[in-house]
Formats: sequence, C-alpha cells, structure tokens
Amino acid sequence: MFTPQEIDAHLDEILPTVQKPGRYTGGELNQVVKDWRSVKTRFALVFPDIYDIGMSNLGLAILYDILNRRQDVLAERAYAPWTDMESAMRKRRLPLYSLETHHPLAAFDVIGFSLPYETLYTNLLNLLDLAEIPLLTQERSKDDPLIIAGGHAAFNPEPMAPFIDAFVIGEGEEVVIEIVETHQAWQRSGADRQALLRSLSRLWGVYVPSLYQPHYDSDGAVSHIEKLDEEAPLPILKRIVPVLPPPPTRFIVPYIETVHNRIPIEIMRGCTRGCRFCHAGMITRPVRERPVEEVVAAIEESLQHTGFEEIGLLSLSSSDYTHILDLVQKVGEKFAGKHLEISLPSLRIESFSVDLMDALKGARHGGFTLAPEAATERMREIINKPVSTEQLMETARAIYSRGWTTIKLYFMIGHPSETIEDVQAIADLCKAVLAEGRKIIGRRARLNAGVSTFIPKPHTPFQWAPCDSMEQILAKQSLLKRELRDRDIHLTWTKPEDTLLEAWLSRGDRRMSEVIFRAWQNGAKFDAWQEHFNYSAWLEAFAGAHLDPAFYTHRERPIDEVFPWEHISASVRKKFLTEDYLWSLRRQTRVDCRERCFACGILPTFAEMRSQHPGEAWQCPEVKPKSARQGMALIQIAETEAAT
Amino acid sequence: MRIRIYFAKTEAMRFTGHLDLHKTWERTFRRSGLPLSYSQGFHPQPRLQLACALPLGFTSQAEILDAWLDAELPLEDIRSALCAAIPPGIRLQRIEIVQQPSAALQTQVLSAEYEITLKEDIPDLDDRIARLLAQQSILREWRHKPYDLRPLIEMLETSPANGADRRILRTRLAAREGATGRPEELLAALGIAPDRAKVHRTGLALRPG
Repeated sequence: MFTPQEIDAHLDEILPTVQKPGRYTGGELNQVVKDWRSVKTRFALVFPDIYDIGMSNLGLAILYDILNRRQDVLAERAYAPWTDMESAMRKRRLPLYSLETHHPLAAFDVIGFSLPYETLYTNLLNLLDLAEIPLLTQERSKDDPLIIAGGHAAFNPEPMAPFIDAFVIGEGEEVVIEIVETHQAWQRSGADRQALLRSLSRLWGVYVPSLYQPHYDSDGAVSHIEKLDEEAPLPILKRIVPVLPPPPTRFIVPYIETVHNRIPIEIMRGCTRGCRFCHAGMITRPVRERPVEEVVAAIEESLQHTGFEEIGLLSLSSSDYTHILDLVQKVGEKFAGKHLEISLPSLRIESFSVDLMDALKGARHGGFTLAPEAATERMREIINKPVSTEQLMETARAIYSRGWTTIKLYFMIGHPSETIEDVQAIADLCKAVLAEGRKIIGRRARLNAGVSTFIPKPHTPFQWAPCDSMEQILAKQSLLKRELRDRDIHLTWTKPEDTLLEAWLSRGDRRMSEVIFRAWQNGAKFDAWQEHFNYSAWLEAFAGAHLDPAFYTHRERPIDEVFPWEHISASVRKKFLTEDYLWSLRRQTRVDCRERCFACGILPTFAEMRSQHPGEAWQCPEVKPKSARQGMALIQIAETEAAT
Repeated sequence: MRIRIYFAKTEAMRFTGHLDLHKTWERTFRRSGLPLSYSQGFHPQPRLQLACALPLGFTSQAEILDAWLDAELPLEDIRSALCAAIPPGIRLQRIEIVQQPSAALQTQVLSAEYEITLKEDIPDLDDRIARLLAQQSILREWRHKPYDLRPLIEMLETSPANGADRRILRTRLAAREGATGRPEELLAALGIAPDRAKVHRTGLALRPG
C-alpha cells in the first residue's frame, strides 16, 4: 500500500498537469488533522462526485464534525477525481486518497458514502475501484474497510445492495457513533467480518443487505423479502434524532471556488405540507425546528469561523418555520450592513414570502423563486399543493413591484393524470406572470421557467404511478419550447434520458445492481453530468442483465404490489400512502398536518420519543408520558385513524 | 486607512488562483472582524488590491496586498487580528500604512524575482542560458499573441554560480502592466517542461510612490 509520502511524491508531478488542482490537495482552513496512530477508528467520508460539489454537502459536514469531536476517531474527506485526474492516477496506479493526510482509502477502518441522489451510483463503484477495494460485499475480507452509505437515496437501498456492507436509513447524527463503537468492539473481539455485519444490523436505522434475500414472482415483481439471519430486524425502521443537535459552525473554507460558497444552517427538518410527489417530505418526518436563538448564534459563530459572504437558511419549506418572521427580522437587523447575502429557499406562494425577503434586507439580484409545480388548479389538487392561480399572480405582482426583476418558476411535467392541456397551462401561466411584470416594471421584467419531469419516488403516495414515456416527455417539452419563445423568458428542462435513468435507479430492485455494475463497466460515470451521461451504456447494461427498463418505470403498479423497498420503513405507513394516492385520484387534498394529524404513522412509531420531548420543537401533536398514557395514546391514534 | 500587507503564499495554497486568493483575503478580513471597506453601488466589492498575479502551482515569499479599512486602527491591532484569522496557506510578514494618495498597487509593480528549482540535472544548463541571453529577441506566443520574451528578462543566472547544486535558477522578469515575463515561458524557452521545475517568487520590486 502507498504511504502518504509516496502519494505526495506522485501528486507533486501530477497536480501541475490537471485542471483545478486545488481540488486534490486538502489543507484548507478548518480541516481537522489528527495523528493517524493516536486513534482507534479512522473514518473516511466520501462524496461520490467532485470536490466542487461535495464540499457543499451539509450531511457530510455534520458527520465530519461529530466524528472528529471524538478523541478516539479521525474523520477525513475524499471526493471523486475529475476524469483528467483519474486517468493520471490510474496511469501511476495511485489509489484514491484522503485530503487531510493523503492516506489511501483502503487504509481506513470505515468508509461512509453520501448518497443524496441516485445518479452517483456508478461513481461510487468507480471510487471503490480506484481505492482498490473489492466492489462486492461478499468479496471483502477482514482487512478491507467497512463500506457504509446513507442519504436520501438509501431509502431504496436495493439497487446498491451487493456493493454496500451496511446502509444507514435516516438520520446519521447518533447512529454514526454507534457504528464506530460497534466497529471498535468487533476489532477487540477479533471475530470475522460476518460478525461485524450481524452486530451492525442490530443498530436502529442500520440495514445490512446481505442478511436479507428478496424473492420474485413470475411476473418480475417482488414477492417477499426473506431474512437470512434470525435476529435481523424486519422491517428496518429509519433512524431519527428526537431533537436536532446544535448545527456545525466550523465549516471547511475551500481555497477554490465551489458550487455553494455559503454557510448552510438547517433551520428545520421535515415538512408538514404533504406534497404527494415529494420524497424528502415523506422520509424526513417528523418536523423538528431549531430555536431562533440557536440559529442566530450559529450564524454568528460560523461567520467568525469561516468568513463566508453567504448564509443559506435551509429547510424544505422555510415559510412553515413557526417563528420565521421573528427569525428573518433578527437576522436582518443583526447582520445588516455586513455585506452578507442571506438566502431563504423554498418559500410559499403568498405575498408574505415577499415580506420575509424584504425583512432580510438582502440584495435583489438572483431573482425570486416560486415552485407552483403545476399550472392548473386541478393538477395542483392532485399533487396536494393547492395554491390558487390568483394567489400566484398576486405574489408575482408583489415580487415585481418590490424591486425584483426576475421571477423563477419551477414546474414539473408528467404528474399522474396530466393532459396536454395541463402542459399548455404551464406556458400560459408563464406568459401571464411575465405580462404582470411588464405592466409593473416594463421591459426589465424577466421570467425563468424550470421544468423538470416527475419521477414517482419510493415511500411517496405516488409510488404506484408510472413515469411518462420518452415520447410523452418529448411531446410535452416541445410544446413548451414552442410556446415559450420570448426573449424575456428563459426556459430550462431536464433531458428525458436523465429523468429515465433517475427513475430506473430510484425504483429499482436488487437485480438492478447488475445493470449498475454493467453500466459502470461500459464506461458510465458522472451520470449527473450532461457531458458524461452515456445513455447507451445503460441500455446495453439492461440488455446484458436481461431486464426491461420499462418494467421499472412505465407500469402503473397494482395497489397491492410488494415494492422492492417494502422492508425499509420510513415510518409513514403504506396504508396512509395508499389512501393518499386514492385521494389524489379524486382531487381530494389534505391540509397542512399541523392543523390536523392524519396519522401518517410517525406518531404511533415514535410516541415514546414524542412524549419525552414535549413542546413545539416537534410539529406533531403532543403525546402524554407513558405513565399518564397507559394505552391512551394508542386509543387516541386509533380514533384519529378512524376519523380519517 | 490604506494598509500594505507583505505575505508569503505557501505550499498549501499553491493551487489557489488569483481570484480565489482575493476571495481568501476577503474572508480572512471578515473573520478578523476588521472593518474592511467595500465599494459603493449595486454590487459592493471589498477594497483589496493584489500586486501581481502568481501563476497556479507557484509558491511565493513576496506577495503584496493593499487593503482599505473604514477606521483608523493601530498597526499592532490590525496585525494581531489578521494573525488570528489567516488560513494555513498564508504567512504574514509585515504590515505598513500606505500614505495616501497613491496609485493602484498593480500599477506600481516593476519586476518580479523567482527562484526556480529543477527536478532533474540539466548538464548543459549554463550553455542554454548563455545562448538564450545572447539572442537579440526571443519570439514567443502567449494566448495567441506573439511577443518578445528577451527584453522582459532582466536577469538570469544559475545559483550558486559554479556551486555544487546546479539545479537552481534565479531570474528577474519584468512585471509591468502589459509587459510581464512569465517563468514558465522562460523555462519553455530553455527547453525545460514546466512540470519539471518548482517556481518560487522571491521578490517584487515596486516603483516608489
């Protein structure tokens, strides 16, 4: 194995020959470097795309902070090298190494991959290969690092099951430490690798795929999941933390430009809106908020530690943060005149959102973003984002008249039961909004329309729905391109091939792993990058694996189909999702669940936790402590369920 | 007040380009809590001026930055605030007050000195240097524009002259606006590939005023 000194000697020669060599050196402000031999567990945190993108990932920044706080653990970073660097490394047989101490990844005890989206899968294989670590769980020996992965995509872990020793389902803040401790105990015991995997599977939120075997019906759908280990849990329940721990504030400050040069502060996790297409909204429940004081203190501290010029106050729906006005006023007052840009994404479509942006006293450049997702009221009822068109127009008027010249509207095509008229309505709405802008500010008014394509994601009420076919997508997109030919309208869309790949990967079963493996062998990597995405490599991989891509994406699933992700519980019950899907077909909407609990499944699962953490940090109804409850909670919940 | 900061750009930052170095300094000031001035207007910019861009991959012990502050502060306070805030790739050398008014820092640079360490021994290095310096003009192309490198070379020697280690070159190249000699161009003219050498800037000469 290469030593860090040997790696450095090679880097000395390679780095002057590649683009943006600053991606590969490490050494930035706030990185944590520990003595390699002084710790018990060496943990590599890997984002399977380039540094420029991975450095903005909040999840890994949180874990980096938590792990490095432990004296007996070191955590270091690694990212995918860009293609020029990769070929230079392969030419010299230089393995993937960590940025902090330049150790080969294979020298670490645990390697944790972040998988926020599915188009990173081939990169993950490529990185394992570049790290000279066997790709398959079953081929790894006792001396190989433990390979774990987590992130939103892990809620359907099956397509990556053969490659990952253990997945973290849900939130990592607590379980990452339990994984470290389990690993340390296993090292002391001297037992075999199988023993490590078995003890990991006992941790709440950890899924060890090799302890389960999916079986299939003759029609190709999953019939059932078999446990291969008696004590392995089934279903595997996602992990949550009862209270959001204090946010990290000592972010690493890159020496080179990255995609988001900002301090990310999560103000709230989860969302109470229940948009039926929204994967994040379903899997990140329950809603937990951070107190205003904690957010303000975190901003102040991280400004001192980093000097960044931009703050992102992150959540799935900023407007729904209980004390949002208080927060933006405090932030606006406290940080005004400091040449600081504060972004507040995901605002609701109402003029109050414009008040919020005003209170932040931020600059007006960059445009104001709204996400109606659909252009007709019928469609918005189906997706459960019921905003009236009048409300949207009124918000648009407020935006244009208060200093913004550009409005960005996000839409999706391909929602269940969408017709060509619904797509035409997107074009009409864009024109109508721009027309309002022109009335108010004349020729300076601009409109950006971002139109992506709906993918029925696992664990959502739309998981039964089919995707649009290539032909349908192309027809809808060409309508929009034809209709929105205005020099003040800027239309962007997702290529249908990109959508289909993401759909296959997010809906795949364990057999999909062969497709991923073959696609990687066919040269697929950086699938999230336009210039690298290789559609034919994927089609060939499907053919080679004797699987039909349409089976995964263009088939409306029977309501009783067993999904490949059925054994993974996001604790939102299938019964609730089924009902919500049926409601959507009747255009029946649900109000914000803070107004009324629909018993999605979170509270029954986490009743004990909720009772121990009363108050407004959780947006679910309160649950009495166990002593006072004595079965009452269950009765109440049963009543609520009956009432719906 | 306008201050002048002399600093070294070390190994850790050798791949940070000019614009990113500028950004790094802005963030250093923001961390320090010093009242950095910003320009007026729709897109306020920090009032910082770097003397002379250092090509990617080079290190330097002779970088200069001018910064404007909104308050008059004792140099010692500025120094200690900056010391607490600088990143690993920057080493602070000294700070002085610039008597205003004075021209933009970039326009004051006259020349830059470099120490070039070759990764391998070139037996006829002295001959190559002698031949190069004997030429009336050295026509080369930079970004598709032809130019003459010869008048930009103010000094070029091996060091130590006739010493044991033959692999260190010292050079002084013009660095005026519109007349900048580049070490990598000099190396190319000597027939040395740029990745076979390490370049370190050792001095920047400013014209008085």
